[in-house]
Amino acid sequence: MNFVMLYVVMAYLWASILLYVLMGGADFGAGILEFLSTRKSKDQTRRVMYRAIGPIWEANHMWLIIAIVILFVGFPVIYATVSVYLHIPLTIMLLGIVARGTAFSFRNYDAVRDKMQTVYSKTFMYSSVITPLFLGIIAGSAVSGKIDPQATHFLDAYIFSWLGFFPVSVGIFTVTICGFLAAIFIIGETKTEAERQRFIQKAKHMSLAAIAAAGLVLVAAHQDNIPLVHWLFGNPVSVICVLLAALSLIWMWISLFRQSTQWLRIIAGAQITLLLVAITYEHYPVLINLKDTEGLSLLTHKGSDKTIRSLAVALLAGSVFILPALFYLLYSFNRQEEPVEH
Amino acid sequence: MDDFIAARSQMALSLGFHIIFSCIGMIMPFFMAVAHYKWLKSGNIVYKNVTRAWSRGVAIFFATGAVSGTVLSFELGLLWPEFMKHAGPIFGMPFSLEGTAFFIEAIALGFYLYGWDRFNKWFHWFTGVIVGVSGLASGILVVAANAWMNSPAGFDYVNGQYLNIDPIAAMFNDAWFSQALHMILAALTATGFAVAGVHALMILKRKNVLFHTKAFRIAAVFACAGAILQPLSGDISAKDVAKRQPVKLAAMEAHFKTEEKAALILGGIPDEQRDTVHYALKIPGALSFLAHGDFKTSVTGLDAFPREVRPPVAITHYAFQVMVGLGMILLLIAIFYFFMLWRKRKWLERRWLLKLFTAAIPLGFIAVEAGWTVTEVGRQPWIIYGIMRTRDAVTPMPGIVYSFYIFTAVYFSLSIIVILLLYRQVKMVGKLYDVTG
Repeated sequence: MNFVMLYVVMAYLWASILLYVLMGGADFGAGILEFLSTRKSKDQTRRVMYRAIGPIWEANHMWLIIAIVILFVGFPVIYATVSVYLHIPLTIMLLGIVARGTAFSFRNYDAVRDKMQTVYSKTFMYSSVITPLFLGIIAGSAVSGKIDPQATHFLDAYIFSWLGFFPVSVGIFTVTICGFLAAIFIIGETKTEAERQRFIQKAKHMSLAAIAAAGLVLVAAHQDNIPLVHWLFGNPVSVICVLLAALSLIWMWISLFRQSTQWLRIIAGAQITLLLVAITYEHYPVLINLKDTEGLSLLTHKGSDKTIRSLAVALLAGSVFILPALFYLLYSFNRQEEPVEH
Repeated sequence: MDDFIAARSQMALSLGFHIIFSCIGMIMPFFMAVAHYKWLKSGNIVYKNVTRAWSRGVAIFFATGAVSGTVLSFELGLLWPEFMKHAGPIFGMPFSLEGTAFFIEAIALGFYLYGWDRFNKWFHWFTGVIVGVSGLASGILVVAANAWMNSPAGFDYVNGQYLNIDPIAAMFNDAWFSQALHMILAALTATGFAVAGVHALMILKRKNVLFHTKAFRIAAVFACAGAILQPLSGDISAKDVAKRQPVKLAAMEAHFKTEEKAALILGGIPDEQRDTVHYALKIPGALSFLAHGDFKTSVTGLDAFPREVRPPVAITHYAFQVMVGLGMILLLIAIFYFFMLWRKRKWLERRWLLKLFTAAIPLGFIAVEAGWTVTEVGRQPWIIYGIMRTRDAVTPMPGIVYSFYIFTAVYFSLSIIVILLLYRQVKMVGKLYDVTG
């Protein structure tokens, strides 16, 4: 029973990370697209984005909270280790989250439209780029094995644990993925043909950028002696996932030209999921790779059985409330019909 | 400033801001739901305008409350990793449930804010109620987690090991009820007076009087009910603290010597070197009565504890005095207001009453901050009362001072922007909503 409960908790941890990447990612991406839009089209981008993302905006970011709560309740040693050695990137990411979340709601709820809008928008755009960049850096350093609990020097312990070619390139890759997800998501939310074409264009660009950034990650892994190629091609499951993801790229491009929006979302979501499966499959049960020592495993560094059991029950019970409500929210605001008048 | 003090200051600052944002975010949905209900029932458009105006406030405060809460969930580890390594699995239960409550709140808020004219009107109203209820639930759960730090339960501490962990027992620790009740009433009172005060000010200025009157009446009733109930919950809390954390009670009261017929000390300047209080007003026996319900019972003083486990007496005592003093002022205003309502006096014409409410805008929140200081500073030097010292929990990472400066700048600019936003909301009432009167 305890065994099952631990798997329930790990499954939720994995799922909440995935959903944060997908939904939170699309959210960050919306800001990235605004950042990359020309001055003329910024307003349009903003309008479509607000309509598409506004209602689910607050919910998208709850996945991060769920993941972090699972970590500190269920796997406290892992949470504490990450908190100490990745203090700086975590802090920068947090500042990004604060700036972004508040800027988004301030610009929508400020009663007066004046120059402050520029301040909110600038804050929103910059933090939309910085936050996923540092999220990626954190993820990159978690697997890179650069975290060194034996380090005595400040730079080795708290800077080189995350500031390196590989983590930074993972950060850049994350930024491009977010932009890509946002573009794909918004295509389905556009109201006019011109808008639609614009976001299809953006999706194509972001997809190319993501492929280029993936190449950068491979180069960085080679430079930093990180066995990324082995992780991706060293076991059959990862190989299949990577191949499927690569093949689906072709399908995605066909769909982009054919403009079948529903398929696009499914393919994009599947690609990210496959990549996450590929990379986590090889590492499981290790969540954090450490320098020169064994990594931190989810199986050995777990909380007491009773804690894991109550956490699993809380997560299962929570889902009963959350998931139907969330699906109904997504469904309600996805219908293309006009609002009913009362 | 050393790293330890910096870490404590950053935590205090983050909590200090979060508590205000989240109190408002937790209580305002109820005001909004009441105004909304009145609109649906009466069809009076002014209520709809009030509802929409308040919902913007809720959106702003939810966003700031949510991000500052996210910051806190990371700061627990960033600043106190040693604490979280041990405490996480024990007191994590309320946090996991809070995650659910918070998630539901976010979903409900999505429905509510974007759902105008989209759903059945009662379903739409109901999502607003859910925003309030789930917000309240997450408030209670977070306070339950804090209460565990004051009243650790649900594990055995043997030779530095945390054994036989029971997260449910930890959640229902001895302090959770009194602390949560006190916090919820404080949030209600503080938010109520702040909101009512803003509308009172606008009535005094004769701007959109009809709109502000309706808004004022809803907020004022909540505020005054909270202010009247709060002393009762304060009494429950005092008796509870006397039992569980006698050293905290002693510091709150600046009660240095264990004695029978202990006097209640009002005001005064505690002298921690000489273990005495200067210039205080003493009411004999009153402390014994408040702590134990009997004028003669002995009350444990600070002298019963070694100096190294005493909290900073002066800060705790001043904060406690401020909290109680402000609570009493709000109680008086509440009594005045209910008296006026009961005698059906034309309170709107009583400018002094409106002025009182205006003056009370910040009082509730100052009291909340003071109360929070009592709880947290009064627990020092412990992070887990009697088990782990705060100093032993702090991160090994140096340079926390800079992090403290950065977060200070962030929170101060956030507060300034939020105040500016609220000012503009209020100023624009006449233009944004089709207000008659």
